[in-house]
Amino acid sequence: MNAAADVNRAIDAVWRMEAPRLIAGLARQVRDVGLAEELAQEALVAALQAWPKSGVPDRPGAWLMQTAKRKAIDLFRRNKRFQAIGEGIAHELEQEQMTPPDLDAALDDQIGDDLLGLIFTACHPVLSPEARTALTLRLLCGLTTEEIARAFLSPEPTIAQRIVRAKRALADAGVEFEVPRGQDLSDRLESVLEVIYLVFNEGYSATSGDDLVRPQLSNEAMRLARILAGLAAEEPEVHGLLALMEIQASRFAARVGPDGEPILLPDQNRARWDHLLIRRALGGLARAEALLRESRTGPGPYVLQAGIAACHARAKTADETDWERIVALYEALGALQPSPVIELNRAVAVSMARGPAAGLAIVDGLRDEPALKTYHLLPGVRADLLAKLGRHSEARADFEHAASLARNERERAHLLKRAAESAAGT
Amino acid sequence: MRFMMLMIPKGYETAAPGSMPEDKGRVESMMKYNEALQRAGVLLALDGLHPPSMGARISFSRGRPKVTDGPFPEAKEVLGGYWVIDVKSRDEAIEWAKRCPASDEETIEVRQVQELEDWSDEIKPILEESSIERWAKKGE
Repeated sequence: MNAAADVNRAIDAVWRMEAPRLIAGLARQVRDVGLAEELAQEALVAALQAWPKSGVPDRPGAWLMQTAKRKAIDLFRRNKRFQAIGEGIAHELEQEQMTPPDLDAALDDQIGDDLLGLIFTACHPVLSPEARTALTLRLLCGLTTEEIARAFLSPEPTIAQRIVRAKRALADAGVEFEVPRGQDLSDRLESVLEVIYLVFNEGYSATSGDDLVRPQLSNEAMRLARILAGLAAEEPEVHGLLALMEIQASRFAARVGPDGEPILLPDQNRARWDHLLIRRALGGLARAEALLRESRTGPGPYVLQAGIAACHARAKTADETDWERIVALYEALGALQPSPVIELNRAVAVSMARGPAAGLAIVDGLRDEPALKTYHLLPGVRADLLAKLGRHSEARADFEHAASLARNERERAHLLKRAAESAAGT
Repeated sequence: MRFMMLMIPKGYETAAPGSMPEDKGRVESMMKYNEALQRAGVLLALDGLHPPSMGARISFSRGRPKVTDGPFPEAKEVLGGYWVIDVKSRDEAIEWAKRCPASDEETIEVRQVQELEDWSDEIKPILEESSIERWAKKGE
């Protein structure tokens, strides 16, 4: 084993563990996320120079923080640009350096608020969802620009520019590095959860042939949500989103067949589900529901979606699924966020709970919905219900229509196969 | 990647039934460590295990199970507990293990959890087979 390479790998791991806390702590003190990241980077460079000779220090996080703060003082003293605002901050930092407190304890006490501040700043609504996502992966997950580019199948310069612009936009908008409180927190939380779920779905939609960075995104999203669930423990929607992602992730191994073909929920081998994740998710969902009972408020969209996912997760076989409960949850979700796609999902649940005719009545009500005009699942679902009712020639026409709208070859092939089966009257 | 950190405390192989950690300070520092794992978003599960003297071993000979009650005189190292963490690399798992406030009597073994893609192409289909296919085969 090469000792230098070992140290470099250890530094990598330390960086990943410490970077968010480091950047968050610095951002609070220098009041600029972009600058905080630069200082943290400089501390990393210093570690890469020093540690291969000295070994990794006992408290690597404290070492990095000390080094970054020293760099901050230098910068504020040297650079005219910072002198006006920097004098006070530099003085503060120097005082701290003179009487080094128990750094780990200080880090732990303040760190929760700092991290939360960093999450809310990176996901600030003045930024586009793409900018928020890139900044979050960079600042909070410690991904390099190159990794983010690979994960989103984008050229590296595009992502680099996106991050630079996002930091500038935050500075230009005069975004304060702080944790929103009260109602403000709930409002701002929405844009944070949106980013996390977006990152998760990027990873979830990755296929086995994809670069490994892509599926890793789902883990990053769950890790972020777990951090958030600790920091904003009173927010039901945080627990809801985490539970939703954990249940979806629990099906990773079961959702694709040996030849890469998708396996639908009812046909999945439930023994292949990740029951550790399911157990965690059901616990988190119970937590969210308890919080809602305490505050006497209704569930938000993530808690409702997690509730639906949980109905599947709890069923030992597909036949044991509590479809009536799923229908009720889709009704609540549709009342909260009226959408024809949710309505179509409700139709499927109704057909499972009360028979294909009841489902078909809802689907037929959606036929003139402009948002579903090119959505292959509308004729797909309708065809499936018609086939179950024995109306084979109508089913065949709808399967063929669905196939013409399908997004990929695999789906098209599957729908055409069903069309042929309907033609044969089976 | 998922890793198990296995805690192996020296002397636990002979610990009396029902013995539990009693050093307040050590329990507190271990709780702090567990919280750090949780706050970092990496902790999936953890458990402490009662001593082997309360357990049993089931060995197999020509397919026949044989039960032996604990303690097990031949065992030199036994498990005291475990953590399951989800991290990006083996190095990160090791880095977490290094931060455990363990005593001189304790060793932590870091082991990676097997994932579907680790299996050979011959075995994978058995694991990937959907229940409907198994059911269909049974019907044949």
